[in-house]
Amino acid sequence: MSDLYSQVVNSRIGGLVASNVGLPQPVELDRFVEGAPVIRGEVLLGAAPGGRLSAPLAGVLVSIGAAVRTELEGDVRAAVGETGIDASVWNPDAAGDQHFKALVFDASGIGDSTQLRQLWEFFGPTIRRVETSGRVVVLGTAPEDCPTPRAATAQRALEGFVRSVGKEVRRGACAQLVYVAPGAEEQLESTLRFLLSPRSAYVSGQVVRIGPSERRPEIDWERPLGGKVALVTGASRGIGAEVARVLARDGAHVVGLDIRPLEPDLDRLMGEIGGSSIAVDITTVEAPKLIADHHAAEHGGVDIVVHNAGVTKDKTLGRMDEERWQVLMEINLSSEERINDELVERNLLRADGRVICVSSISGIAGNAGQTNYATSKAGVIGMVQSMAPVFAERQATINAVAPGFIETAMTAAMPIATREAGRRMNSLNQGGLPLDVGEAIAWFASPRSAGVNGNVVRVCGQSLIGA
Amino acid sequence: MNAKTRPVAILAGNRIPFARSNGAYAKASNQDMFTAALDGLVERAGLSGQRLGEVAAGAVLKHSRDFNLTRECVLGSKLSHETPAYDIGQACGTGLEAAILAANKIALGQQDSAIAGGVDTTSDAPIALNDDLREILLELNNARCTTDRLKAVAKLRPGQIVPEIPRNAEPRTGLSMGEHTATMAKEWGVTRLEQDELAAASHRNLAAAYDRGFMDDLLTAYLGLERDQNLRADSTVEKLAKLRPVFGGEDGTMTAGNSTPLSDGASAVLLASDEWTKAHGHTPLAYFTDAETAAVDYVGKKEGLLMAPAYAVPRMLARNKLTLQDFDLYEIHEAFAAQVLCTLKAWEDPVFCKQRLGLDKPLGVIDRAKLNVNGGSLAAAHPFAATGGRIVAGLAKALDERGGGRGLISICAAGGQGVVAIVERNATTPRGSKR
Repeated sequence: MSDLYSQVVNSRIGGLVASNVGLPQPVELDRFVEGAPVIRGEVLLGAAPGGRLSAPLAGVLVSIGAAVRTELEGDVRAAVGETGIDASVWNPDAAGDQHFKALVFDASGIGDSTQLRQLWEFFGPTIRRVETSGRVVVLGTAPEDCPTPRAATAQRALEGFVRSVGKEVRRGACAQLVYVAPGAEEQLESTLRFLLSPRSAYVSGQVVRIGPSERRPEIDWERPLGGKVALVTGASRGIGAEVARVLARDGAHVVGLDIRPLEPDLDRLMGEIGGSSIAVDITTVEAPKLIADHHAAEHGGVDIVVHNAGVTKDKTLGRMDEERWQVLMEINLSSEERINDELVERNLLRADGRVICVSSISGIAGNAGQTNYATSKAGVIGMVQSMAPVFAERQATINAVAPGFIETAMTAAMPIATREAGRRMNSLNQGGLPLDVGEAIAWFASPRSAGVNGNVVRVCGQSLIGA
Repeated sequence: MNAKTRPVAILAGNRIPFARSNGAYAKASNQDMFTAALDGLVERAGLSGQRLGEVAAGAVLKHSRDFNLTRECVLGSKLSHETPAYDIGQACGTGLEAAILAANKIALGQQDSAIAGGVDTTSDAPIALNDDLREILLELNNARCTTDRLKAVAKLRPGQIVPEIPRNAEPRTGLSMGEHTATMAKEWGVTRLEQDELAAASHRNLAAAYDRGFMDDLLTAYLGLERDQNLRADSTVEKLAKLRPVFGGEDGTMTAGNSTPLSDGASAVLLASDEWTKAHGHTPLAYFTDAETAAVDYVGKKEGLLMAPAYAVPRMLARNKLTLQDFDLYEIHEAFAAQVLCTLKAWEDPVFCKQRLGLDKPLGVIDRAKLNVNGGSLAAAHPFAATGGRIVAGLAKALDERGGGRGLISICAAGGQGVVAIVERNATTPRGSKR
């Protein structure tokens, strides 16, 4: 997993050379540290006039104990005053050497394209004041939830803004857009915590939709998954192993699943994180029943299901044999559908249940030699979107992560040219870590992510490939 | 003990023009200057040979020999030598605090008349002996035989000649007041332009006050100085914009133009009961109604060093059931333009007012046309303890001139302190036992 290039450009001489010849300069990204504050630095909070998210945003910032700044005048300041934050003042005309760890802007008040100017006014003087591993979060209303075509147009425009900001901000900073449905204001916290914290180190240029939900359980934010049972398929190695570690770190009891030949690795890991193992081949006919029976017997149900197991079997379409197509489709997609159905039918997925799938950039953008893989991963997106209403009825959610270039044994085995292209062709100029995928999954898994349903969020450092 | 209080009239004031440090008063002592200010007031108010209730005054920078400075000044003045006097000290709040103390005694019926004031010199500063040298000299003084004396003398070292010079720095932070204020300016997002505008207005207003004769009966010429030496009648925002920052580093917004310079001067104000006023044929200019002091924890809680008036004023307003807008004139001491602007911003800020003052809504905006209408410390300069007397007398006269109204005084002081007061044209019984 060693990224030699990153090591070189982060040395003094290497950095000098890289900056002079215009090579990409990846920085070491901030990542989760046990016991550290959610955000290490000041948050600048702003809003377009008439927005509805200032108060809920301020509420979240109080909850995470963030140091906040706002402009002295305007609704945001009043909202912040009400919630109990002793916020400092930001005045772009007396900027000095002020820097921010995060810029958070409530754009929900923008009801017309002429008001998009508010973005320029807020971010113009501040965007170059974002610190290393900083965050830009814009919040708005999804076009489909807007009352007028003009409002929907302006709100849709935010996507282009945020994606461009993601490409402009440097030094490990990330930019996201969060569409908050009317009535979903109280569902913001888990998402904002994730996006402001180092947990979202490799997530950038993403659009997250938050919908209303009646579920809002009180949780211990230090151990958000305390008391939860989480099934992770393909948990013995790579991304799956790291997902298991993160969920266990956040308090879950992990049931690791993998095929029998990998059982020794699986058992070792589960021993390490206090989980338990089941050796099942998910493509078999009896697998859904075996898994359901196990959870019913051992845990009385399941709270979190992470469909991580997946394979690639690359070949151009004309040369692809049936096995490559069919086995892959079974593992990557069909088995997941069957397992979901079994758990739902037998009512084993508990309230606040979370199903989290792993899609891929290939599933979004397509990839030569991966018709089978891309089909399965696009199918995963289809499953998330089609099943979201079904799960919502059961007070559960289904979402997917779509990893980009993640540093694993698989990517380490790539030819150097392909590998370097994959690593550098994203806004952060580096590959992500399996940890980064785990963090995104843990965010979806949180009992407080009840409003996050039917989302596909890429963990790709804003890869140039895909939307 | 008298349970009822009575109004305290402000009858007259006098000061000497303020001089820049090592300027016109380079050779004058605190005693010289305050005696001159007193005698000017004695002459103006016809107090020659009269015994007053007391003279309360102080100096921030004081020589050890001046342990009884105010009393010595009285003895050197034309007042009856039977007028008692005492020194007080509350940094830059000294002058106003002296007025509060004197006024309270009048309000309670403990005295009928008093002079309150203050003086400071940064030219004739009290340079002290090196602490090591001081200890050796004390030992020498205490020695009883030649051997002991020789032992003490043998401890003398050349380095001990370096004296202790008073510094304009907070002992607990080591930061100068200017650096503290630069932090506040940054915290509140105060711009360079706002500060320079305030400074230019200060000079403009003071120059206009001189020109229309407003200062004539507030001031007595001294050592050839007829106007404040620091006053630049032709000061403009454009000229001020050319100055380099002196506090807050490269990006700093504070300059010599929008900060007060070190200076020398003295002031005195005559206060009295209505009975005394009538009996001595005076007419009150205005009345000293109420006062409040506050302090902030600039060390532990990191509140801005000069933010205490922002806390003192709302407490005083609440007690008097007044809003910040219920004033016709505001005298906010311009220690630094940024201090005034931070204070005004704090009062407008819903967050500060809720979180730190515990108020439901902000105190709000003041009409800037009513602020320091006859100039402030940026133009007149700020000989620390002399500023309170300058402001009390000037505000009383301004209220008298407009024939009525209410004025607010706000003075910040070192050590994170603030002294504020209300002055009204019409007689009001000061708050006290009826609270």
